Amino acid sequence: MRRLRFHPCGNYKESYEEELTIFTTDFGRLWMGVGLFLLFVVIPLISSHYILYIVNHIGIAAIAAIGLNILIGYTGQISLGHGAFFGVGAYGAAILATALGFPFWLSVIGGGVITACVGLIFGIPSARLKHLYLTIATLAGQFILQYLFVSWKSLTRGASGIMLPRATLFGIDVKGDRSFYYIIFVCFVLLTWIAVNLMRTRYGRAFIAIRDNDRAAEGMGIPIFRYKLLSFAISSFYAGFAGGLAAFYIGSITPEPYTLMLSVEYIAMIIIGGLGSIPGSVFGAIFITSLNEILSHATGFFMNIGSLTKVALTIAPLREFIFGLAIVLFIIFEPRGLAEVWRIVKSSFKLWPFSY
Amino acid sequence: MEFFFQLLVQGLSVGFLYALAALGFVMIFKSSSVLNFAHGELLAIGAFIFLVFSVRMNLPIPISFLFTLAGTFALGFVIERLFLRPLIGEALIEVIMLTVGLAAMFKGLLLVIFGGNLFNYPDFLPKALTIQWGAVVIQPVYVASFIIGIIFLSIFGFFFKYSSQGIYMRSVADNQTAALSLGVHVRRVFALSWAIAALVCALSGILLGIMNGINVHDISVMGLKVFPVVILGGLESIGGAIIGGLIIGLLETFTGGYVSTALKEVVPFIVLVFILLVKPYGLFGLVEIERV
Repeated sequence: MRRLRFHPCGNYKESYEEELTIFTTDFGRLWMGVGLFLLFVVIPLISSHYILYIVNHIGIAAIAAIGLNILIGYTGQISLGHGAFFGVGAYGAAILATALGFPFWLSVIGGGVITACVGLIFGIPSARLKHLYLTIATLAGQFILQYLFVSWKSLTRGASGIMLPRATLFGIDVKGDRSFYYIIFVCFVLLTWIAVNLMRTRYGRAFIAIRDNDRAAEGMGIPIFRYKLLSFAISSFYAGFAGGLAAFYIGSITPEPYTLMLSVEYIAMIIIGGLGSIPGSVFGAIFITSLNEILSHATGFFMNIGSLTKVALTIAPLREFIFGLAIVLFIIFEPRGLAEVWRIVKSSFKLWPFSY
Repeated sequence: MEFFFQLLVQGLSVGFLYALAALGFVMIFKSSSVLNFAHGELLAIGAFIFLVFSVRMNLPIPISFLFTLAGTFALGFVIERLFLRPLIGEALIEVIMLTVGLAAMFKGLLLVIFGGNLFNYPDFLPKALTIQWGAVVIQPVYVASFIIGIIFLSIFGFFFKYSSQGIYMRSVADNQTAALSLGVHVRRVFALSWAIAALVCALSGILLGIMNGINVHDISVMGLKVFPVVILGGLESIGGAIIGGLIIGLLETFTGGYVSTALKEVVPFIVLVFILLVKPYGLFGLVEIERV
């Protein structure tokens, strides 16, 4: 057995490979093992159906948020159409599964691929210009796609929505929160692994270079247009994949949820979690999904007390206000989000009692 | 043919409204190159402040009008001081996302206070402003908004072209650091541009409210429709905003009249994608050679 590695008290990295390592010490590996054990064994055993339902939604949101973070946090391009792209994935998967009879896994992946292609349609006109334009084009995409969800009736069946067939994987019926829990989180772990490693390749480094200084990146020979489009396609794929999973999990889809508000919610997730940080996207997904749940509980609670029904009705739009407030406060006071808070807490434990 | 003329007039007046709404947006963009996603909410805030003064507090119309303008001017200062001042010198992407957050925040706040209902102002415009031309009748609101719009457009045109503050604003938008080093008071420029933008927004918001009634959702969507208008006209150009507004307004009304009413809402955004494809700097925008 090789020797355990501890944190050196300083930066003694000698090669780029060392800089790129994910786990600098064996404790990191250990903690990841503990985390995976908790995720796949402990949580499904101890949680009730309701908790599992929330955790599943967190997993789906986290996949989409990681995708958005690749685009905004790593490449520095803002997208306001992530909610609609999520919807494209949901519709893509649903249509593949119902009209073409694709199996579950293929329609979810197909939903992701369709979304990446749709994303490219909106990315192409804007990615050759400065980042402002991609934001505007994705805003246009959001409205155009929303319109298509409702009005392209032969494909999306309009407001009545689509019922999805029961998901089956390897001949086994996937039903109930617990089996979906495993599917969602296997996908989540896989996609997180891909995202973390993507950022260590030349593609990820090119994204970061474009974010930090696009002119310098171009000067160093990075074809910016191509990389921006690639980043946008990857981000859309993640959104579409998450959308497809959500569609199968919920069992039916309608056009209502995929509004601009959902896009703003995803932006809130990654700003609160931490821009340019994969764990940050997960923190953000946990934060926003729980906040949503708490607020809807609060609304329900006040709704049941007869004299407070009016209060409950005012709480519903309060959700939007709180999201906005959270975005604004985090940008002003902690622009790197919860991931940075987490790092500070961790390092103060590590350095105790000799922190300076 | 009569239907056509009715649509033409309606389209022009809607377009003029878009142009008016786009003004505040161009104002902020020109002076700080920030894309303001909270624009629709600023329009709504102006409209609702006027509603509070004129209907709830029953003040005379001219006084509540002046109060609204003064109030939103101050509000612009406050918004800049509280939210945007800490971000001076930060990356543009953070400022833009801040405005996305502000939009959600203001919208939520307005919904909490006023709810999602439709409100109306009392009918106060003189009937003498109505223009009748054959079968085509132009409502006094449109005439009033046309007059007010022309006045404000020329004021701002001159302001940016000739006044020293306007030139400071343009210099800050062009290059913040260079402007700072040449002694431009960048913070004051930002504060002033947000204040003026909020004032212009209030003005357009009130006119919008007179025309269509005030509803938080409708007005905030209006703020997003500003994007096709300014992209078509060119982000920096006030004249472009007017022409862009008219084109988008006409297009929307004719689509609504002849094709389908559902498509009407989306047409501006389809146009937007095409413009980005064909002529990304718009009709009158500054063409930047840099293509990064």
